[in-house]
Amino acid sequence: MYLTKSISAISLGALLIATTGFAASHSDKAAKAAVGARHAQMQIIAYHTGILGGMAKGEAEYDAEKAKVAAANLHAAATLDPSTMWVEGTETGMVEGSDAKAEVWTDAEGFASKLENLQTASAAMMDAAGTDLDALKASMGNLGKACGACHDDYRVPKN
Amino acid sequence: MRRILLILLGCAVLGAALGWVLTRPDPLEPDYAKGLTPDPQAGALIFAAGGCVSCHAVPKSEGKDQLVLAGGLAFPSEFGTFYAPNISPDPEQGIGDWTLPQFARAVTLGVSPAGQHYYPAFPYTAYGHLAPQDVADLFAYMQTLPANDTPSKAHDVSFPFNIRRGLGMWKLLFAEDDYVLSGEHDAEVLRGRYLAEGLAHCGECHTPRNALGALDRSAWLTGAPNPSGKGKIPGITPAQLEWSTVDLVEYFTSGFTPEYDSAGGEMAEVVRNLSQLPEGDRAAIAAYLKALPGG
Repeated sequence: MYLTKSISAISLGALLIATTGFAASHSDKAAKAAVGARHAQMQIIAYHTGILGGMAKGEAEYDAEKAKVAAANLHAAATLDPSTMWVEGTETGMVEGSDAKAEVWTDAEGFASKLENLQTASAAMMDAAGTDLDALKASMGNLGKACGACHDDYRVPKN
Repeated sequence: MRRILLILLGCAVLGAALGWVLTRPDPLEPDYAKGLTPDPQAGALIFAAGGCVSCHAVPKSEGKDQLVLAGGLAFPSEFGTFYAPNISPDPEQGIGDWTLPQFARAVTLGVSPAGQHYYPAFPYTAYGHLAPQDVADLFAYMQTLPANDTPSKAHDVSFPFNIRRGLGMWKLLFAEDDYVLSGEHDAEVLRGRYLAEGLAHCGECHTPRNALGALDRSAWLTGAPNPSGKGKIPGITPAQLEWSTVDLVEYFTSGFTPEYDSAGGEMAEVVRNLSQLPEGDRAAIAAYLKALPGG
């Protein structure tokens, strides 16, 4: 009797440890995946900004059609609904690889307004990119400022 | 014995007197402001290039509010914490009742109207390169900004660094009139040197400092520890930064790196300032960086 009791207690304990362990690793995985998705989003934005920037710098020839598509993709990435990826508890220090400051969540309103500024800049770029090279160049500055303003407040310094 | 004591005492008095004279705040050239017609509009560009807002705006202010230069930003250092003062045109708390020579002495020599040395957290060793016309324009522009009567916060600096006269010794040892980049250069590089070493004071963050907080001119712009204690401010000489001139100009204009990441931290503010300058000035800074040794 005593033995059975102990065995059940041990198995219950093991079960408990196993479940919490599983739960922890499960949420850990989910948090990591959310951070990964954010990085992918940023990479898509950077990639298309690079196509536009190459033309602005004169490294690539200006191609109105290509610029238009790049700007549209950039805008699409910038307008993804953030709620699935910007999950609470995924700030720097909580999840490996995360550079997001806790302020993303503690100052959610400020973060939302910075995101809106990016969307305004990317929408303006959609109009400018297909117009001509000068319009594209002028629009790059505002796009850069929108990126920088948010990184300044909501991303931990890189180096 | 008495005679020796008297001689020793005499030496001590002489030494102290010499020290007192040597550490005396420098006066301004008497005819500094003569013949200058200040242009506040031109001053707006000097103001942007000088990055005045980055330190003197009320912390966390944005947009037009950044033009209220009431100060208050804290600068922690090994010597204590410095606070940016109010330099708005308020006559009581700011610089509203200053004259142009007083302003010029403060900015280019680091001496207050009351004749006190300023701490070199204020980059007057860089601003010492400024042309009098630019100083006059800057002063005229700053007088057009909104006044604010917030009192300046006293620096929190401990002994012996709280003795202002000691800064006279610091200036004797470390304040240099010469540019770091010497030799013959074309007009663009010279313009870039004026901006980078003077007005925009790039060296203040990108050059390492010695134990007394003076810039190590032999390691000019080769990077330095971040005073916040976290991380490093990158070196920007050609030996350390392989960006093309076009890359540099783009970075100063939009803040995009060649990988299309964006400037962060203090540099995001610097880009906000530099992006207001004529493109020629941004190209000049890039040309200057490319002309540094190691290219």
